[in-house]
Amino acid sequence: MQFFGGSELSPSPPTPTGTGTENNSHMIYIFNRNGVCLLYREWIRPLHTLNFQQDHKLMFGLLFSLKSLAAKMDPTCADKGNLGVPQLPGQGCSFHSFRTNTYKLNFMETPSGIKFILVTNPGTGDLRETLKYIYNLYVEYVANNPLYTPGTPIRCELFNTAVNQHVKSISS
Amino acid sequence: MTAAAPRSGEAIFSSFERVNAELFTLTYGAIVRQLLTDLEEVEEVNKQLDQMGYNIGIRLIDEFLAKSKASRCVDFKETSEMIAKIGFKMFLGVSASVVNWDADGSCCSIILEDNPLVDFVELPDTCQGLYYCNVLSGVIRGALEMVAMKTEVTWIRDVLRGDDAYELQVKLLKQIPEEYPYKNDE
Repeated sequence: MQFFGGSELSPSPPTPTGTGTENNSHMIYIFNRNGVCLLYREWIRPLHTLNFQQDHKLMFGLLFSLKSLAAKMDPTCADKGNLGVPQLPGQGCSFHSFRTNTYKLNFMETPSGIKFILVTNPGTGDLRETLKYIYNLYVEYVANNPLYTPGTPIRCELFNTAVNQHVKSISS
Repeated sequence: MTAAAPRSGEAIFSSFERVNAELFTLTYGAIVRQLLTDLEEVEEVNKQLDQMGYNIGIRLIDEFLAKSKASRCVDFKETSEMIAKIGFKMFLGVSASVVNWDADGSCCSIILEDNPLVDFVELPDTCQGLYYCNVLSGVIRGALEMVAMKTEVTWIRDVLRGDDAYELQVKLLKQIPEEYPYKNDE
């Protein structure tokens, strides 16, 4: 079962064929609270190591564990459960990005459990506002779309186009 | 960096596109009328309205969170305040207040000052037992379920049934923490 409704399946705006300097973003994932990958798009991803299902599971699992770890290590919070105890979405501190020498992963989770992950060049600044904007796009084109069933992969062309456009405008 | 405070319900309400209030009221009335014709049983209609509200709520929650920029509420008291002060104001333009907290803080009542759904409405004798605004209880239930709270929402007082105000009781049954969804099949 394919999880994503994006570049390979449907006619979509052409991915930039240039050097990639115009586009700072590599990929975007959107997950819901049950781990279903609602959207996956890639713009620059030279290396594919896993098939898509495994890749999505890995990404979701990574973030789930990272969140949990970050919350448990929080030095400012008095009350901590044991590591591994499930937490309410949004409880505890939330991490918003990590950076390596080759990429930066930006993350935002809403209290309703929708997770936005944007992988970009390491030079990009704080992309929380961008992710919030994408959340607004999600609300407008997906949540309010009567033809969309919540919990299933997103197949709304307007949403894909809007996200594409906005992501391309991120400057480093 | 401090998180921005959630925007007030009034501010968001005025930034939305508007639709004619009568159109809204009459459309809702037409829906209830049609349900009564199709289903005939008042209890069935109540259930259907609640289900419709639930389907609305699970989508509405994202719009609420995005527009109000609210972050996770610390406890159920804050949640109820959010619903009454920001939620109802934002979507219906209605002021609401939270009263009647019980001892352990898991049950409260929300009183609506007015209710745009029921303008021009009178319940005939054949429809006694109908909760005309049951869609609202479904909306709250659906929305809260998407933020990990299982609740039970019931009408305590309903002007169409002879009481003097609209009072909804929201009872928190339990919080559902996030579980790792993939079972061990690595």
